[in-house]
Amino acid sequence: MALPAYAGPWDRIWYYLFRLICVAIFFFLIAPIIVIMPLSFNAEPYFTYPMPGFSIRWYEDFFTNPQWLLGLKNSVIIGFFATLIASVLGTLAALGMNRAVFPGKTVILAVLISPMVVPIVITAVGMFYFYAKIGLTGTLAGLILAHAALGVPFVVITVSATLVGFDQNLVRAGASLGGSPVSVFFKITFPLILPGIVSGALFAFITSWDELVVAIMLATTEEHTLPRRMWSGIRELLSPTITAVATMLILISILLMVCMEMLRRRTERLRGIRN
Amino acid sequence: MTADGVPLKIKLRRAERMRKVWALALIAPLFVFLLITFIYPIAELLTLSVQEPAFVETLPETTPMLEEWDGRGYPPDETIASFAREIAQAREDRTLGAVARRMNYDISGYRSLIMKTSKKIAESLSLPDDQMLDAFIDIDRRWEDTAYWAPLKTATPPLTDYYLLWAVDHTRDVDGNIVSVDDNRKIYLEVLWRTVEISIFVTLICFFLGLPISYLLATLPTSKSNLLLILLLLPFWTSLLVRTTAWLVLLQSEGLVNDFGLWVGLWSEPLELIRNRLGVYIAMVHILLPFMALPMFSVMKGINPWHMRAALSLGATPLAAFMKVYLPQCLPGIGAGCLLVFILSLGYYITPALVGGPDDQMLSYFIVSNTNQTLNWGLAAALSVILLAMTLVMFLMYNKLVGVDKLKLG
Repeated sequence: MALPAYAGPWDRIWYYLFRLICVAIFFFLIAPIIVIMPLSFNAEPYFTYPMPGFSIRWYEDFFTNPQWLLGLKNSVIIGFFATLIASVLGTLAALGMNRAVFPGKTVILAVLISPMVVPIVITAVGMFYFYAKIGLTGTLAGLILAHAALGVPFVVITVSATLVGFDQNLVRAGASLGGSPVSVFFKITFPLILPGIVSGALFAFITSWDELVVAIMLATTEEHTLPRRMWSGIRELLSPTITAVATMLILISILLMVCMEMLRRRTERLRGIRN
Repeated sequence: MTADGVPLKIKLRRAERMRKVWALALIAPLFVFLLITFIYPIAELLTLSVQEPAFVETLPETTPMLEEWDGRGYPPDETIASFAREIAQAREDRTLGAVARRMNYDISGYRSLIMKTSKKIAESLSLPDDQMLDAFIDIDRRWEDTAYWAPLKTATPPLTDYYLLWAVDHTRDVDGNIVSVDDNRKIYLEVLWRTVEISIFVTLICFFLGLPISYLLATLPTSKSNLLLILLLLPFWTSLLVRTTAWLVLLQSEGLVNDFGLWVGLWSEPLELIRNRLGVYIAMVHILLPFMALPMFSVMKGINPWHMRAALSLGATPLAAFMKVYLPQCLPGIGAGCLLVFILSLGYYITPALVGGPDDQMLSYFIVSNTNQTLNWGLAAALSVILLAMTLVMFLMYNKLVGVDKLKLG
């Protein structure tokens, strides 16, 4: 969209005004994320610039505070197992959905992706009511099951998307060469759809990692996740340790984003070769 | 005929059936998992909106008698006597709480009245039925007022529309007509409008901010747009709580935005930027803007730029060309983005709770507060029914317009 040579003055004004508007919007998007990171190194517990001095005391506070560490540990455990359950069940279901046409497929798909659609508060309250009855509130298992359910739609959607571009002839070729369905799956299908599974798993993990409302309803102090800990930290007193946690979470987001981008490029490259 | 003597048609059909069985077998584990951990809990929650088991469970004999009574004046003597026996019993069993709480919804102070009465009525249980009403009045003068007896009848049916009506600020009078509740109890219609209003404004702001940047991204050469795309994807990937926290830090009265404004001289004393509607809009738009811009961008990227040039060369003004040629082609992306943002806004809880004031809380907040503060599960369920219904209607539109299977991530 470069400015053509024949552009008149109004075109020029509009061209630069438009760019300026876009810069402002991008600034709005990125500024809070950029601004909060240096503040986490502030020597004083204020949220303003210029900073009086540099210090890593808020990071020290995080890594020496048993409550924050417990939150970190819980987040990792819950995230790991929830992702595992969501990825296995979600991948199987996506394979099934891809396999055949049968009546009621839309209804089944609606059920499979419903955790993404239902407002999170309703999910959390419903799970709280039901889990309280069967004794799953205040347990890591309860949170793992809840987070797995929330992560499942992402796995189903990403794996399904990968399967759309998957050449079924490869499976037929494998079978015609004498491979059993299981060995065909593990030697042919699985390696090819792996990027889809991994990106689905990353989505499921970040869903659990970020999830707060269910954690508010289901977790007692013992099961507090990182976001849940942050939530009480913000509500009680906005402590600068939160900026340190936020900074670390942003870095993890960047890491996950890079992973997703690499997976996407890999998939595109593989498809490019086949085309 | 195939080699083993089975007609090809039958073999094919059998193979087809096997495929279906396999497919279902693969889907079944997840389906069952979601049914148990997700669908059933929500279904159970929603049924609470029309159920009132408290009376039948706690007062099994009195409940049918109250149902036969017409609700005017005092109940028949034997009903009052039965009521006396059963509340005294329920007090001993410690099961009276649910009934007392339910009655308190109709008349505040009823809970303590019923608790006090159930304690003292035990001594009068041997009285003949026709003196029981006087025993009640002796315990508390309020029982003389028939207004305290009438609600007992409306609370008895095990299936009730009480909570659903309450969720839209209505109730039933003694004759069973639906009437508006007293003005001092009216809050939920306002909350409902507020939820819709905030969602509409957030969607509109997101649209007007998303349009220029997705247009820019779609028309820049790929190498440049990929760089800018990161600026859109980074917030998208950053935790909602982190972003809300960042706005809290930026917008508070000693925060950066206020400091900057004071320093530049834009305003002379710190502005209230959070704990109000402005804060909610800023934080929610920031969180939802990528959900608007990404679908618009992906549609715009597929639009042939020659169409615009053709329109311009045929003499259209740039604005007319944009409105008549470009924008109509973006409609699928615009629709997808707007519906997505609107659906997500409807259910927002965390952001308004952190950056909003008391008058900016949305439906979600009241669902949570009714469950963990006032323990009014019936009302929480009824509000959930409304929120879920709105979301599903919007989602069906989304499905019709975009298709769930086209939902793209990242």
